[in-house]
Amino acid sequence: MSAAAGEPLVQVRGLVKHFPLTRGIVIQRKVGAVQAVDGVSFDVQRGETLGLVGETGCGKSTTARLIMRLLDATSGEIRFEGQDITHLKGAQLKAVRREMQMIFQDPYSSLNPRKTIGSIIGEPFAIHGLEQGKGERRRAVQELMETVGLNPEHYNRYPHEFSGGQRQRIGVARALALKPKLLIADEPVSALDVSIQAQVLNLLRDMQRRLGLTLVFIAHDLSVVRHMCDRVAVMYLGRIVEIGPGDALYDFPRHPYTGALLSAVPVADPAARRNERQLLSGDVPSPANPPQACRFHTRCPKAQERCSIDDPPLQDKGTGTRAACHFPLSSEEVAEIGVRSAR
Amino acid sequence: MSAQEPLLRVEDLRVEFSTEDGVVHAVDGISYEVQRGRTLGIVGESGSGKTVASLTTLGLTRTQGARVSGQILFEGRDLVALSDAELRAIRGNDIAMVFQDPLSSLHPFFKVGVQLIEAVRAHQDVSKQLARARAIELLRLVGIPDPSRRVDDYPHEFSGGMRQRAMIAMALSNEPKLLIADEPTTALDVTVQAQILALLERLQRELGMAIVIITHDLGVVAEMADEIAVMYAGRIVETASTATVFDAPEHPYTWGLLKSIPTLAGSRDEDLVPIPGTPPSLIRRPSGCHFHPRCPYSQPSHERIDPQLAPVQGEPGHHVACLLEADVRRALWAQLRAGRMPDEALAAVGVPQEPA
Repeated sequence: MSAAAGEPLVQVRGLVKHFPLTRGIVIQRKVGAVQAVDGVSFDVQRGETLGLVGETGCGKSTTARLIMRLLDATSGEIRFEGQDITHLKGAQLKAVRREMQMIFQDPYSSLNPRKTIGSIIGEPFAIHGLEQGKGERRRAVQELMETVGLNPEHYNRYPHEFSGGQRQRIGVARALALKPKLLIADEPVSALDVSIQAQVLNLLRDMQRRLGLTLVFIAHDLSVVRHMCDRVAVMYLGRIVEIGPGDALYDFPRHPYTGALLSAVPVADPAARRNERQLLSGDVPSPANPPQACRFHTRCPKAQERCSIDDPPLQDKGTGTRAACHFPLSSEEVAEIGVRSAR
Repeated sequence: MSAQEPLLRVEDLRVEFSTEDGVVHAVDGISYEVQRGRTLGIVGESGSGKTVASLTTLGLTRTQGARVSGQILFEGRDLVALSDAELRAIRGNDIAMVFQDPLSSLHPFFKVGVQLIEAVRAHQDVSKQLARARAIELLRLVGIPDPSRRVDDYPHEFSGGMRQRAMIAMALSNEPKLLIADEPTTALDVTVQAQILALLERLQRELGMAIVIITHDLGVVAEMADEIAVMYAGRIVETASTATVFDAPEHPYTWGLLKSIPTLAGSRDEDLVPIPGTPPSLIRRPSGCHFHPRCPYSQPSHERIDPQLAPVQGEPGHHVACLLEADVRRALWAQLRAGRMPDEALAAVGVPQEPA
């Protein structure tokens, strides 16, 4: 496997994950499926940060877990450094897992309360049989603790002795232990206080610069994603509806859902308080029974008859992003809903 | 009652809890006012006392063994001094509250309509039929589609946004004069959050109620509030009109909050400026100014002197609790605003160093 310069680190093609819905206790019958991820394709380039945004139930966390192989895909393909890892097992899977690590949302439940910080951060070494000597491992762990801004003297403390922000640093240290190529951060700051959020975001950016990491950053907070990511993919009901460079996507969203999301973000600047906030009606439909064709057509302000018959493909819209929409937003419409570039 | 009299006036409110580890000073002498039909935003991080202050307003900390002192004057009546029965007549009637988590605040065994009917009949002597009609009307008011059918749904049949709407409907059932909303949108997605905020604004316009909105999200207060109180470690450290808080804040903690959030309009290349350290324990609070261990501009004397909330000269309605000189504060904010880091700002402004 050669690491060709232009080759993306991760290639995802037509990824599908359906969770079966069953009825009956003894004899289970399949009565349907939650279409958590339904035909998602994207690349992650080496060294970039790709953001996945979307609301609850859009499939962003499922996508991350599929890439990590924590879940098995229903269909589709995941390539890591050109190698198809979709169906890897055993030793081969373990070898690939060394290259990719994950940081979870809840720093309280993702650390074993009965283990010391030293053994939590050292666990990846134990699993992969690295840094075997006792002194050696301790040194490696303390070096990691120092890198992420933890006091190495706290090696023997337990998770409950740390605050939320510090726990998230422990999670970062554990994820970085094996020097992975890919780091997936699933809502890494949404459980943290505002002042602590910035500490963790800066740490992630700093680590990425220093270690040349490739980062997949999942969040529902669009301001955080804009700050962190080079490219952004917007998901809705298991599909990517728009993907492109952050600047292009935030300045000139083409998919009406991207526009609605951006319009909905409260702006921490009273001078910019907008009169025209675009409100979507209703809630996100159930992924067990998503709308036909374009999945957004039931809430879309621009929907026409065609949207419920003909599923729009993800296409280059000529303004930097690719969007899955028959009737993409015009610059006048973007201005109307009060998105940033329009000011 | 004169038109000038505020709807709610909190005077030197203190709430303490005794625990095994010591006394928790959850709210430590806060004072604020809410005018009729206006919105006050209370901003702070977890553990700043913002929720306890509001629960106390409704007497909901009484059963928790809280020691409360100070005054909470609602239309001139001191809620702290009222009996439980008197308070019950006000709670849910003149003052209502919306909580953060809409799932755990609705009873899962009872239909939404039944819970709404109960809320109506708790304060109004009306028949069940009338109360049910009112429940349907309330659900329609908060934008639940097909309310005459949905009134017979159980909470689990509602989505998160609909549950929060139902909670708001319940809070509105007796047309309160004051609505306290504690992180009303934190559990919701952005598009649903936008719907709920728009709903609150519309209802405020239509019903003329005052709102106290408690949140950690500066974006939400910027859009909703007329005045803002910033809380830290059980105290209000700064209070001013919304425009002033965002335009000319004077407290280093407020600066820290504003500089630590990424914005849609900010530059991506700029690093965020986090507030160092973590919020203090409310049992063993730092000496002097409670913020001094995390404050980049702290002087040795700030470890001893406890600053009081004092008016900012020339700016009516703007109060700040900070020991720095007013002109130093303004110069520092000018630097921070221009994108300088705290240490650069400090070097540029040249705060006179005290002998330690």
